[in-house]
Amino acid sequence: MSSNEDSTNENRSRRRFITGLTSAAWAVGAGFSVTPFVLSMNPSARAKNAGAPVEFDFSKLQLGQMVKVEWRGQPVVVLRRTPEMMSGLSDVTNLLADPDSVGSVQPTYALNAARADTDRNDVLVMLSVCTHLGCSPVEKLAVGPDPEMGEDSKGGFFCPCHGSKFDLAGRVYKNVPANKNMDIPPYQFLNENVILIGDDSARVS
Amino acid sequence: MSNFMEWVDRRFPATKVWNEHLAEYWTPKNFNFWYYFGSLAMLVLVIQIVTGIFLTMHYKPDASLAFASVEYIMRDVPWGWLMRYLHSTGASAFFVIVYLHMFRGLIYGSSREPRELVWLIGCVIFVTLMAEAFMGYLLPWGNMSYWGAQVIISLFDVIPYLGPILTEWIRGDFVVSDATLNRFFAFHVIALPLVLCALVFLHIVALHKVGSNNPDGIEIKDNKDENGKPLDGIAFHPYYTVKDLVGVVVFFMVYLGVVFFWPDGSGVLLEKDNFAPANSLQTPPDIVPLWYFTPFYSILRASTSDFLLILTVITGVAAVATFFIDTKRSNKISAFICYALLAVGLSIFDAKFWGVVMMGSAIVVLFLLPWLDKSPVKSIRYRSMPFKIAVGIFVIAFISLGYLGMHPVSELSTIQAQLCTILYFSFFALMPFYTAWGKTKPVPTRLT
Ligand code: HEM
Ligand code: FES
Repeated sequence: MSSNEDSTNENRSRRRFITGLTSAAWAVGAGFSVTPFVLSMNPSARAKNAGAPVEFDFSKLQLGQMVKVEWRGQPVVVLRRTPEMMSGLSDVTNLLADPDSVGSVQPTYALNAARADTDRNDVLVMLSVCTHLGCSPVEKLAVGPDPEMGEDSKGGFFCPCHGSKFDLAGRVYKNVPANKNMDIPPYQFLNENVILIGDDSARVS
Repeated sequence: MSNFMEWVDRRFPATKVWNEHLAEYWTPKNFNFWYYFGSLAMLVLVIQIVTGIFLTMHYKPDASLAFASVEYIMRDVPWGWLMRYLHSTGASAFFVIVYLHMFRGLIYGSSREPRELVWLIGCVIFVTLMAEAFMGYLLPWGNMSYWGAQVIISLFDVIPYLGPILTEWIRGDFVVSDATLNRFFAFHVIALPLVLCALVFLHIVALHKVGSNNPDGIEIKDNKDENGKPLDGIAFHPYYTVKDLVGVVVFFMVYLGVVFFWPDGSGVLLEKDNFAPANSLQTPPDIVPLWYFTPFYSILRASTSDFLLILTVITGVAAVATFFIDTKRSNKISAFICYALLAVGLSIFDAKFWGVVMMGSAIVVLFLLPWLDKSPVKSIRYRSMPFKIAVGIFVIAFISLGYLGMHPVSELSTIQAQLCTILYFSFFALMPFYTAWGKTKPVPTRLT
């Protein structure tokens, strides 16, 4: 392949330069061609639009009762906490990893110990998604000994996946795999019985 | 016939390949039980592909239809139940076989020079196989499928900055949904099987370049006759093709026994929560992955902030200990820096991050095996006592991790898993030391 003239230094460095340039052009081209394939795996326009807020009439709930409502394909807990449950929140503060929710996600109106709108702070509206790896923790509403929550449980949530524990405001305990409190979604009260989850635009803040 | 083969051979190297890889491919004459699992793994790969094709004829990769289509296969499709049980049991059989196959590599030093690439390609096969099994498990769209996928995809969330974008990209949605199911189907049914077949081909090409190791851990190529044939070698065909067929018969007795009489393995092979359709509001109360992932899953669960404190102390001690090891000064300094950085990292990042890192590292360390093992001999038959003890402890730790991972966490089981996690990683981290320690037995020059 290589005759004598071709292997002169000048030719060799020219060839190396041209080979390099061609390879670079190929690499750029390959990068551009791969992009649409990679991007086609992103959430589609349809997936992005499916996030409508949901209404829930919590007058159906007894005091101390809880339901899970589906919002954006995820479970949202709505819990009417009893006065006993509310007072339990301050008893566990020392056991929590982030009692003041500074490293956690919630709208500003829920940045308090109860993690709820102060107007109706007994109503907990919370994404039931463990901040470890996204399982939905099991409610342990009863006060008293519980195999998973411990001897003197004040009630809370227990994640069956890897054993994370949360209190009745979704605040995470120390020394469990999860590291943040569970998220509080935006919400507002449409009237005294109905709550709108996923939208707080009408709220006067 | 010979005219026909001549005609073919002028156009295609049929006889040449036959001879080079079968009829005149010289194999050590002392293969034992442990050498069945390579050919069995290939058999199971074929079984999975064939049964998979027939399942695909009836299965619907759609979140609203998938669960019902699997029920349909089980109840209405003629012999559909057999296709499904062959496939689901085949997945477990695959992992049993691959774990035994890898263990053989460990005890006979098969990963070492000159077979590092055989081992490394094997490790890539193992990772691909785990991805294949994980994606396949979502397809029946049972509740365990759904939440298993949710947890495993969320693992990527811990990557700083990129995590959330990456998980959305993997799911194709903000939660595990139809989009996720559809793409997992694409990967499980076409993309990964193609990759697996290509990797198995490379695995065999690399193996045939260097030749098999054997239970004595010595090279048959060191003793050849005047024609260049290894004195202790026998032709792969017919000797080992026939021997492997015996393995195939025994394998089918066990495998079909499970398929016909125990297809759910009492909840181990097919989990009971997966007989209920996916429910995005309700995590199954005792959620666990399938048994072959549980050792790694236990390591993930073992990471708590208390455990990180212990690990920080251990790495601190290791950092200091490097100065007492008899090695080059530059080695000591770089080892010290690594340990010191690790100790700092352990105190900066949280338990969730390290859980994922440890789980990943538990697989990554497998790749390093050829270079961690410093024993002067290869086979466990001639190795020193410390190695044998270490292998024993490792096997116990690995099985315990697997067992613990199949059950819900408790305080006690967390501590047990943490202990086993330390043992698991020590097996690799201390390997350069204990393999070089103790008296090895003299190695024969010819196979025994
Ligand atoms: C689809 C999965 C796999 C298939 C089909 C496969 C196939 C084979 C076959 C047919 C052999 C030769 C027969 C034997 O020595 O048993 C072999 C050898 C070997 N395989 Fe695999 N293998 C697989 C996975 C793996 C994995 C996951 C590893 C390790 C991480 C691995 C490491 C090795 C090693 C080191 C050898 C050489 C053993 C020796 O010479 O002693 N293989 N494989
Ligand atoms: S997902 Fe909740 S503890 Fe892991």
